[in-house]
Amino acid sequence: MSILVDEKTRVVVQGITGREGTFHTKQMLAYGTVVAAGVTPGKKDQKVEGVPVFNTIHEAVRNEGVNASCIFVPPLFAADAIMEGASEGLGVIVCITEGIPALDMVKVAGFLEGRECVLIGPNCPGIISPGKTKVGIMPGHIHKPGRIGVISRSGTLTYEVVDQLTKAGLGQSTCIGIGGDAIIGTTFIDHLKRFKEDQETRGVVLIGEIGGSAEEAAAEYVQRDFEKPVIAFIAGQTAPPDKRMGHAGAIVSGGKGKAEDKIRALKAAGIAVVPHLGRVGETVLEVMGHE
Amino acid sequence: MKLHEYQAKEIFRKFGIPVPEGRVVTSGDEALKAAGELNGPPWVVKAQIHAGGRGKGGGVKIVRTPQEAGSAAKAILEKPLITKQTAPEGRKVHQVLIEEGVEIDRELYLAVVIDRAMARPVMIFSQAGGMDIEEVAARSPELVRKQFVNPEAGWMPYQARSLVYGLDPLPGPETLKALMSLMALLYKAFITLDCSLAEINPLVITKDGKALAVDAKINIDDNALIRQKEMQPLDDPRERDPLDAKAKEYNLNYIRLNGNIGAMVNGAGLAMATMDVIKLAGAEPANFLDVGGGASEEMVTRGLQIILEDQNVKAILINIFGGIMRCDVLARGVLAAAEKTDIKVPLIVRLEGTNVEEGRKILEGSNLQFMVARSMAEAAEMVTKQVSA
Repeated sequence: MSILVDEKTRVVVQGITGREGTFHTKQMLAYGTVVAAGVTPGKKDQKVEGVPVFNTIHEAVRNEGVNASCIFVPPLFAADAIMEGASEGLGVIVCITEGIPALDMVKVAGFLEGRECVLIGPNCPGIISPGKTKVGIMPGHIHKPGRIGVISRSGTLTYEVVDQLTKAGLGQSTCIGIGGDAIIGTTFIDHLKRFKEDQETRGVVLIGEIGGSAEEAAAEYVQRDFEKPVIAFIAGQTAPPDKRMGHAGAIVSGGKGKAEDKIRALKAAGIAVVPHLGRVGETVLEVMGHE
Repeated sequence: MKLHEYQAKEIFRKFGIPVPEGRVVTSGDEALKAAGELNGPPWVVKAQIHAGGRGKGGGVKIVRTPQEAGSAAKAILEKPLITKQTAPEGRKVHQVLIEEGVEIDRELYLAVVIDRAMARPVMIFSQAGGMDIEEVAARSPELVRKQFVNPEAGWMPYQARSLVYGLDPLPGPETLKALMSLMALLYKAFITLDCSLAEINPLVITKDGKALAVDAKINIDDNALIRQKEMQPLDDPRERDPLDAKAKEYNLNYIRLNGNIGAMVNGAGLAMATMDVIKLAGAEPANFLDVGGGASEEMVTRGLQIILEDQNVKAILINIFGGIMRCDVLARGVLAAAEKTDIKVPLIVRLEGTNVEEGRKILEGSNLQFMVARSMAEAAEMVTKQVSA
């Protein structure tokens, strides 16, 4: 099993005719993802890697029955792209775009309220259910089908962790990169709830970083309502205050969002926190055992 | 992007937010002249740098004569200003703001920021102004009041009322009106200019009952700068560490730190985690450097150049996880970079991911001096050895 996406997911790529959109459409197709349509306004009737292009999501839904999207449009157009997908009833929207203004995301958050739409990202690698489908830009081959769920605010750091899991013989049910921005569509708790209901997922790895308080909120949720084992890693213990560490959301400001506070909260909730990046795989194996 | 106080005050003035009259100067003579043109005594002389804690660091002086304004400004401009937010060696002050003094009755706090968890702007108001708001929030949270803004409705008058009618003692009706108007204007500026922070601390109520922004802080959302064209020229690169400024020209995500192990990594999360690994190994990272999740050969070259310009660097750890970008391509990038730059410090390379074997072979087969780490743990051990050697 897996959460949110699987082999039946029909993906539309928003911004498919752009360089990134085209490249990753090819990569997704190679992984086995059903990329059923692409959207670039004004480019209808073209094909990209054999995938038909439409002017609007509405056309893509009507003609190809798409139910999820992957967004590669430039930052100033991305909020609009998310809202277009949501307005057409897409169940899952993955926004890869980095650099969306925060106030645009404020509008998006308001727009999505009360809609049955799961936004993953922005500024994220996407979501993969290994062996079934990937909607995003992560390298598919480092993953392996299995029973560990992964939720992360990062990109390459997630690949590093997944690689360790796979090498330790631990496959993954679904891996989600929730994004490195301050305002993101869904956060740890949203997906923990889904992993809780997923029979096949036997434990979850959380990868957090400095900034905000999503890890603390997740810790509280896990303690209250989540019975499967959870293992966490937090990046940025050496990050100086008031400096944005690459991700827009990775900043310690006003004494808030520090790694040590997150680690303390996670430990207090009974979550195993791995101190050394090199030991995530082996720690998960120790805690959860072989499948 | 941070703005200087004087820039923020010019913006406030445009939006109708009352600020004291002032002039920006770059010398003692100009300061003397400026004070002569402004109402006083007293006058206030304020260092213009992007760091808080100026008052305690000696960057804010109250003076009684134009001559004093001149000598105070000269003194501030002459030597680096050290505050709790600057580097230990302090920061050079290039500009000084001379302002008319105001007769202060009360000091309040007002700010707009975006609340991450709520995904909406929030107005923060406190009657304990002039102090570090985080300290106030920690010590007496009841003094910090918040109003979240529905982005569709915008800032509403009832929200201003709910904030100002909590003041104790309650100011007169004209002052309340001025405060409520100021809140609406601050929110308007925040939204119009894509701010990530708009802060007035202190927001002063003068002896004659007027509301005045005696300090002003505006940060613009970096992601929105592309559409805030009028804000772009307000950037002051002199406020950045010289290497940070150069890295910005190279389009690198680089932040200089105080340690001696340089780190080059692809991806921000992995870069932070690599810094942590260096620390766990008993060393201190010299920098944060993210050359991008799909780093190109060119970015790797530029990254190495920046690290090597930092004289404190005693060893370099390159940590690359090849995803879509293949390790062999990255290995060639490292080689090319090493050939273009004279590397005199030990280089530890840790490659993982797509085509890793090929990448390692390329590195090991070259005549450049590398230590190839096969895992994160091994990389850490090598770093420790370099530090203790």
